[in-house]
Amino acid sequence: MGLKAMTFLVVGLTFAIYIYIAIRARASSTSDFYVAGKGVHPVLNGMATGADWMSAASFISMAGLIAFQGYDASAYLMGWTGGYVLLAMMLAPYLRKYGKFTVPEFIGDRFYSKKARIVAVICLIVCSLTYVIGQMKGIGVAFSRFLEVPFATGLVAGMAIVFIYAVLGGMKGITYTQIAQYCVLIFAYTIPAIFIALQLTGNPIPQLGLGSTMTDGSGLYLLDKLDKVCVDLGFAAYTAQKGSTLNIFLLTMSLMIGTAGLPHVIIRFFTVPRVKDARFSAGWALVFIGILYTTAPAVGAMARLNLLHTIQTGAVGSPDGNLAYDQRPTWFKNWETTGLLKFEDKNGDGKIQYYGNNKDFAAKAESFGWKGNEMTKVDRDIMVLANPEIAKLPNWVIALVAAGGIAAALSTAAGLLLAIASAISHDLLKGVFLPDIDERQELMYSRIAMGCAILVAGYLGLNPPGFAAQVVALAFGLAASSIFPALMLGIFSKRCNNTGAICGMMAGLGTTLIYIFLYKGWFFFKATAMLPDNPAHWLLGISPGSFGAVGALFNFIVAILVSRATAPVPEHIAQMVEDIRVPIGAKAAVVDH
Amino acid sequence: MTKAEEYWRTNVKLVVTCLIVWFIVSFGFGILIHDALNSIQIGGYKLGFWFAQQGSMYIFIALIFIYSVRMNKIDRKFGVEEEEGN
Repeated sequence: MGLKAMTFLVVGLTFAIYIYIAIRARASSTSDFYVAGKGVHPVLNGMATGADWMSAASFISMAGLIAFQGYDASAYLMGWTGGYVLLAMMLAPYLRKYGKFTVPEFIGDRFYSKKARIVAVICLIVCSLTYVIGQMKGIGVAFSRFLEVPFATGLVAGMAIVFIYAVLGGMKGITYTQIAQYCVLIFAYTIPAIFIALQLTGNPIPQLGLGSTMTDGSGLYLLDKLDKVCVDLGFAAYTAQKGSTLNIFLLTMSLMIGTAGLPHVIIRFFTVPRVKDARFSAGWALVFIGILYTTAPAVGAMARLNLLHTIQTGAVGSPDGNLAYDQRPTWFKNWETTGLLKFEDKNGDGKIQYYGNNKDFAAKAESFGWKGNEMTKVDRDIMVLANPEIAKLPNWVIALVAAGGIAAALSTAAGLLLAIASAISHDLLKGVFLPDIDERQELMYSRIAMGCAILVAGYLGLNPPGFAAQVVALAFGLAASSIFPALMLGIFSKRCNNTGAICGMMAGLGTTLIYIFLYKGWFFFKATAMLPDNPAHWLLGISPGSFGAVGALFNFIVAILVSRATAPVPEHIAQMVEDIRVPIGAKAAVVDH
Repeated sequence: MTKAEEYWRTNVKLVVTCLIVWFIVSFGFGILIHDALNSIQIGGYKLGFWFAQQGSMYIFIALIFIYSVRMNKIDRKFGVEEEEGN
């Protein structure tokens, strides 16, 4: 069976499983099960949270960024896992005790203000929409490859499928479907990693393989070998730090507090049966997420090594050391079709020269007759999908990775679109501006909102402000600067009042958005960018993706100072804060099934 | 100090202790002093690199479980755990 047919088969099969489980779960008496307040076991809830959480950014994009940035991409690994520590200790148990269903609702109640709720809704929409742009990029990459069409066509096909998937809506929110999605996802991610770790190091566990010696007879450790291959070709050493320490620090911080401030993650902890389960649930979620996240560094390093070895077949600079263009493998041709991989024969020798821009190496390259790096485009987001092909793994493994990537991107995109749609139709329209609309109209508005969100995200996804994981990092920065400080102060400070919280959120979101738009273009339209997006022009070397941590700091400072200068919180609110701090008296889980 | 205040203070103390560890392994070992730690090698990993791409994540997981177990004990000690069977 050809790869294309195999891919359709595996993707189709996994979708059939999700739909089957969704229908079965609906038909059985699970609703009674939930209403009885038993909810979902923390282990299963953790698994479902893992599926919800791991999107195209984690699955398709992150290992690609690691492959090309090496050590510097550690920020994504630590950032997207370390946030769960904050979530488990500072938010989840208290929000569970409070027992309402949405984040804007909590903010509206705690800060006794409709305005605070509206500001929270706006923050939520801004970060979710940015997040969806990143997903669209990932979806476009996956679909363009497997339909073997240009990226733009693949993206439009993906948009149509996301729309159908999100409007049907049924698959989202059913915990057992998400558990199935988690299984497909983690299987699809780890199987090729195990194969490749075996090939390269003889150790089947990728986490250990990354620290093992190569089986190529060199006796070198894999990471040392990779450092050497990179340096020999004029790239920076893989394990060396490239960016500034401040920027890596702030990016990690932004991603961590953004994780703890993202509404669609927090919501999951509203539905566990008890406060103590909210704590354990965050731990289990991190166990299941950690399986992918500790595998990713191995996937990244091994993909980079395989890619370099495929192109640089012999000694650097030797006449037959480079792959001839007309002998390039099939995966190379297929990715060229999508436009995400580009080759330009600058010196006209019919061979592919792929090397870095190290100054010392440039002179050497010239002496070889090389006229510049000829791999003019290697989109980072193709690495995970191309990885099993580069390693020449069997077709079923390649198809499985496609199914996993599509599941990850679709489920998260659909979840976020639902969150945006309900924020607009329920919180904004029904809650504030059009209180008289009936349920049918509310549903209609939510579908219109969803359609618009897909069109906007799809359009911006065509020319995205970065690779999928980088765009998603921007969304985390926005969540970090706006929602997390308000939630944290709402629980840990009895002094923080309505005006303080509102000013804080606006200051955090405002500064972060402006900083991002200055470099990425207003509303992500690249042509309107006012400053070049590179380290030399960043304020103190802080990238737009890292600025969320600074925005969060502004948020905290403004909220605390303004609260000091204005009236203290009313007695009943102080009482409410006291009350959410202790588990006793928690009501049964709120479940919207 | 009322019992509620004491409970809250115990909780905050535990959270702060855990977050100190959280900060040291990620921002400390993984970022700020990773270069110095890289002179130590465990297997094929340089130690600083290992903390940044592997170790910190394992410790995060352990931290959440340690916190959860300790916190449940504190809940019982202060008699503020949730009623069973709700």
